[in-house]
Amino acid sequence: MDFKLQASGMTIMTASTATPGADPPCRPPSLPPQIAALLERIRAGREFGPNVYSTIDVLRVLYERVLRITPATVDAPDRDRFLLSKGHAVAGYYAVLAARGFVPADWLDDHGGPDSRLGDHPDRVLVPGVEIGSGSLGHGLGLGVGTALGLRAQGLTTPRVYVLLGDAELDEGSNHEAIAYAGAIGLPNLTAVVVDNASASHGWAGGIAARFTVNGWSAATVDGRDHDALHAALTGQDGTRPHVVVAVVENGE
Amino acid sequence: MMREAFVDTTTELLAEQPRTALVLADISAASFAPAAGRHPDRVLNVGIREQLMLGVAGGLALTGLRPIVHSYAPFLVERAYEQIKLDLDHQGVSAVLVGIGGSYDRAESGRTHLSPADVALIDTLDDRWTVHVPGHADEVPALLRAAVDSDGPAYLRLSTLANDRARGGDGALTVVRDAGPGAPLLVAVGPVLDAALAAVADLGVTVAYTHRPRPFDVAGLRALAGAEVILVEPYLAGTSARVVGDALADRPHRLLALGVGRRELRRYGSADDHTRWHGLDAAGLRRSVSAFLAPGRG
Repeated sequence: MDFKLQASGMTIMTASTATPGADPPCRPPSLPPQIAALLERIRAGREFGPNVYSTIDVLRVLYERVLRITPATVDAPDRDRFLLSKGHAVAGYYAVLAARGFVPADWLDDHGGPDSRLGDHPDRVLVPGVEIGSGSLGHGLGLGVGTALGLRAQGLTTPRVYVLLGDAELDEGSNHEAIAYAGAIGLPNLTAVVVDNASASHGWAGGIAARFTVNGWSAATVDGRDHDALHAALTGQDGTRPHVVVAVVENGE
Repeated sequence: MMREAFVDTTTELLAEQPRTALVLADISAASFAPAAGRHPDRVLNVGIREQLMLGVAGGLALTGLRPIVHSYAPFLVERAYEQIKLDLDHQGVSAVLVGIGGSYDRAESGRTHLSPADVALIDTLDDRWTVHVPGHADEVPALLRAAVDSDGPAYLRLSTLANDRARGGDGALTVVRDAGPGAPLLVAVGPVLDAALAAVADLGVTVAYTHRPRPFDVAGLRALAGAEVILVEPYLAGTSARVVGDALADRPHRLLALGVGRRELRRYGSADDHTRWHGLDAAGLRRSVSAFLAPGRG
């Protein structure tokens, strides 16, 4: 299927057009057996919402190819930060964290149980490697701006802060406070990732990337299933301003 | 003035402690311009964006900094309440919130700038919060320094209303006027002390002062309280009633909880006018206390 490229800011990424457009809604993307098995353990016979499958590719590319963080460095001051703002996208998140060794796989079997550390929304106090507790939409980007500023104030210029949001989450006005301010001060170590599965009730006329670029961000809009395109976009910061990656997926709610 | 004391002490703290940071939403930004010039990475004015102000504070704290967050109380506590709950408490991090405007300091601005409910709202949060309500500008520096030095969450509630002189102490109840064993106990919080002292000047009432309603000095209360307790707070009436009730649950007692009323007066005027209208001036307090202590009552 074709993805409309948004010539936003200075950065234009090339989206792959090789992905077949025939995926029916909610069908899981093709997953390696390890991730698929971990997701199955979390699913435990229930139905997953579309958000699980819309987010898994971005999560995999981030953890497999982009983020400088390992189970041994979850408390290292110079680690990259990944903040899951749309906290309901938790099944894929837990599966990826388990696959990468941040949490034991057997935690997945008791998801939501009375003694479980893994609920329907993640809690940073309970889960190693989870940077923020989220669930109420519209909190991650502000926390991400503060995290990026805190790193800068301490001279930590290497680590990047990635915040994952959804297109419907952008309805929350708090995001727009963060977008405007981060752009105005040119916060270079902040990257927002918006998974766009066209689930916002009133859509985003003019496109999602435009909300960011009008405030001075660089932006890339790519096929949210294409790992190479995602990788290029997620590492496409120009070092002078915040960056947004809009990952377009077909599984609308 | 408390606000100036806050600006001066915060400016010192930013210079002394590289771990401190200040987050503003335009309010008082001009007063902090010199500090911002010296510490551009740690004095952050996000513009008129209170949700972001708290979110940024949470993010700074996640990286190990100690944020001070400041605005008018209604915008700091009420508008951004969910950010306080989630971006600080739920993340397991904390900040020092410094509110100005008190209950009705900006009376002439009307309801939008009043926030008598601020302490009550903070009181719904995690019980680790410390709330300081200084009664005089000279109490502010030590309270602010203690709050910043601790690792816990704190709210400093500054006001243009003040007592004639500062009272030190760590927030434990301090007896200002002792009417002897078994006398009714009046606890005055912050800037209401002078009016309370005047109100009961010729009544047999012990008066104790605190500038730290949370954690409330429960041990001190139990040591001083007889069968009658009068609470006078400069914010929503009854805010500390549950604390007093819990502290004295094993004793027969009567409690009179005075403070700012819930009804919107829909009047401008001055802070002194509102003090009078809410019955928190000496004459109003005397009326309430006399009725409470009148023979045959209860």
